[in-house]
Amino acid sequence: MAKILLEMKNITKTFPGVKALDNVNLKVEEGEIHALVGENGAGKSTLMNVLSGIYPYGTYSGDIIYNGETCQFNEIKDSEAKGIVIIHQELALVPYMTIGENMFLGNERGHKYKLDWNETFGRAGELLKTVGLQESPQTLIKDIGVGKQQLVEIAKALAKNAKLLILDEPTASLNETDSKALLDLLLKFKEQGMTSIIISHKLNEVSYVADKITVIRDGATIETLDKKTDEISEARIIQGMVGRELSDRFPGREPHIGDVMLEIKDWSVYHPLYSERKVVDNVSMNARKGEVVGISGLMGAGRTELAMSVFGKSYGDNISGHLYMNGEELHLNSVHDAIKHKIAYVTEDRKGNGLILSNPIKINTTLANLEGVSTHSIIDKDKEYGVAVEYKEKLKTKCPTVEQNVGNLSGGNQQKVLLAKWMFADPDVLILDEPTRGIDVGAKYEIYCIINQLVAEGKTVIMISSELPEILGMCDRIYVMNEGKMVGELDRSEATQEIIMSHILKSSSKGA
Amino acid sequence: MNKTKVIDFIKKYTMILVLILITAFFAWRTGGAILLPMNVSSLISQNAYVFILATGMLLCILTGGNIDLSVGSVVCFVGAVGAVLMVNMGVNMVVAVILMLLLGLVIGAWQAFWIAYVRIPPFIVTLAGMLMFRGLSNTVLEGMTISVKECTTFVKLFGGGADCYIPDVLGGGSINMTCLVAGIVAIIIYVIAQLRSRMNKIKKGYETEKFAPMIVKTVLLSAVIFVFSLQLAKHKGIPSVLIWVLIVVIVYSYITSNTTVGRYFYAVGGNEKATKLSGINTNRVYFLAYLNMGLLAALAGMVTIARMTSAQPTYGQNYEMDAIGSCFIGGASAYGGIGTVPGVIVGAVLMGVINMGMSLMGVDQNMQKVVKGLVLLAAVIFDVVSKRGGKLIAKD
Repeated sequence: MAKILLEMKNITKTFPGVKALDNVNLKVEEGEIHALVGENGAGKSTLMNVLSGIYPYGTYSGDIIYNGETCQFNEIKDSEAKGIVIIHQELALVPYMTIGENMFLGNERGHKYKLDWNETFGRAGELLKTVGLQESPQTLIKDIGVGKQQLVEIAKALAKNAKLLILDEPTASLNETDSKALLDLLLKFKEQGMTSIIISHKLNEVSYVADKITVIRDGATIETLDKKTDEISEARIIQGMVGRELSDRFPGREPHIGDVMLEIKDWSVYHPLYSERKVVDNVSMNARKGEVVGISGLMGAGRTELAMSVFGKSYGDNISGHLYMNGEELHLNSVHDAIKHKIAYVTEDRKGNGLILSNPIKINTTLANLEGVSTHSIIDKDKEYGVAVEYKEKLKTKCPTVEQNVGNLSGGNQQKVLLAKWMFADPDVLILDEPTRGIDVGAKYEIYCIINQLVAEGKTVIMISSELPEILGMCDRIYVMNEGKMVGELDRSEATQEIIMSHILKSSSKGA
Repeated sequence: MNKTKVIDFIKKYTMILVLILITAFFAWRTGGAILLPMNVSSLISQNAYVFILATGMLLCILTGGNIDLSVGSVVCFVGAVGAVLMVNMGVNMVVAVILMLLLGLVIGAWQAFWIAYVRIPPFIVTLAGMLMFRGLSNTVLEGMTISVKECTTFVKLFGGGADCYIPDVLGGGSINMTCLVAGIVAIIIYVIAQLRSRMNKIKKGYETEKFAPMIVKTVLLSAVIFVFSLQLAKHKGIPSVLIWVLIVVIVYSYITSNTTVGRYFYAVGGNEKATKLSGINTNRVYFLAYLNMGLLAALAGMVTIARMTSAQPTYGQNYEMDAIGSCFIGGASAYGGIGTVPGVIVGAVLMGVINMGMSLMGVDQNMQKVVKGLVLLAAVIFDVVSKRGGKLIAKD
């Protein structure tokens, strides 16, 4: 049996009013990849913050035994000195600095008053090779994609002589290819003796990469599954996470599909900055009344760009093509036009593009349809309150009152407020962009139920999602998009993960 | 009331509590002089321009912490043009007033266009405006002072000087009955509005405020209005400039809290992208904020020359700072999206009380500036720290 590198014993951490961690135990062997799974708010991140010293010694109870000694970390520097490096979900890179500068930020090479740029970039170059990133260390962070930025973060961790690497949702914003590459990199490090802890919602990745899986639920460790001795299927992990068997992750629905509601023909969009880049290339598609249409594809396939350009030209330049609603051609020049013609686009980035976090639920709910609660531009605040309560109850949003600021809600409840906002705008066509990103299994199920309810009311739902099981489980018809083009259209009955992936791979340009 | 309720209460009414404390302090140090009818009256006349400018500044700040540095110069320029029109060119007062407001709108539109549609940072555009309109004021006045003393109607209508009061039509001798009656009418309207809104909510089955706190609040505010109008009545009655201030405050309170346009200012400051994707023309929101600032700066310009009974190339200096300071002291967020007109007025009154209190105490002018600076800093520190849950030092 291998040596235990890290043991966290009986960790209890309380915040005012809540016990975030309750006697949590975690044992990590040297040289293994240990996955930490659990629903949002289960306490995974809190546990890792305790480990890395973000919550200093004394603010929690219990022991951290690392490399045989009991540790008392007062700040991140203490844990990093021991080789424990955490990579957070939100990347901590400065866009207008080079890769090299970012990698040694706070850990600069040379003397305090005389930085050694040769060593900085030389060492950065070596580390970039280790992580398999072919970029010059002098490239600015803003010029590389999110997948590469994630690799820079890992290289940055290596620069700190990491022995225990903690990755919080490393693949949350990566596409499938980049995710796979990242996981393979972790496996490569494992062979070289690196120990990693990975927090992830994506169970297929967890079962692919992890040697052991610890399940945390409601601030307590439920179980640790070992790849060698236990059978670790996704269903088995989910059972541990939610405490019950979630036999059906997608609610059933009897489809009642009507006439074509929305039709897009020969739609092309160019990038707003690089005007020669065609991000959506001659796309045609349609969606029927009462139908859930999926758009599958890798990140960067042009799906969001397609949706936003349709939504009143809110993205892109030089947009051409035809858009029909109920057989009538529309010319939408602003988001306002789109909403007026009963199209809604529910963004993938609820915090950045969807909600006003510093405002209460009620104000967010009515923002896209203030006319609905006002007469002659004067808001009827009582009516507004009533609307917000109505949607809160309809969507089962968990909050004390609708006066609560949206920023204080969990991801799943924020997503519900965002849906409420667009449902109140009373659209006929809803384009949902990654509607369940970053929310837990229970909340996902509730969002699926809302989608079913919408189409049952005769609305049309277009769902953009990078999660194949979700697309397969929810959609009546599936379009596959790749590199700006529509590369496949599948009926529910014929679609499988393999077929969708093969459509994508076959269409990918050579050498890309 | 348990502890968290007390904290919530203090958080919600911080600036009002601070205002009461500071007024009490000055009342003590000046032997009650600050509460004399004459001083209450001049508090309004002296600070009328701050109330007006701070209201306009709030809309700019709401859009994302954007400020307008040019308002002092615009006040001066509009005043200068007005004086030239009325005195040198003998233009009719009504026409002159309309032209001054139009000039304010044109200036506002000029700056708003660059800010809203070309997206030049407001700091730069208004810094340029600050220089330009100061220079233009000097040019228009040819570096001299123009007296508007002879334009009596104008001065009486907009001024806050010795005899710029609403005439006492009811005739009450030593006490100005018109003023007192106006105060009482205001109280009645306020109480009825409160009750009606409550009844309406109950009728529709919505949640209402608890009855006891509502009564306490209503009674307190009514008492404040009453004492205030009584003090004014004991002096010379309602300063005519108060009417303009009240109109601005009431209209803009209503716009910001009850209209769709008002809501857009908050939304843009809260999350511009989300606002845009909700079908709201955000360029137009920025445009309106700065267009409106021009209009209110023009009004402030009229009030200023009417009070001073002259126009001078140096008027309006640092007015922008008074307005910005009032907003932040009054609880507006430096990042935008948060702030109310009543809050800003409380901030402006607080500044005014500190000014007057120190003057009455005979504190040196320069030290007054130091104190005002510290108060502004303290107010924002308090705001930031209390939002962080009471921790003074931000986590690194």
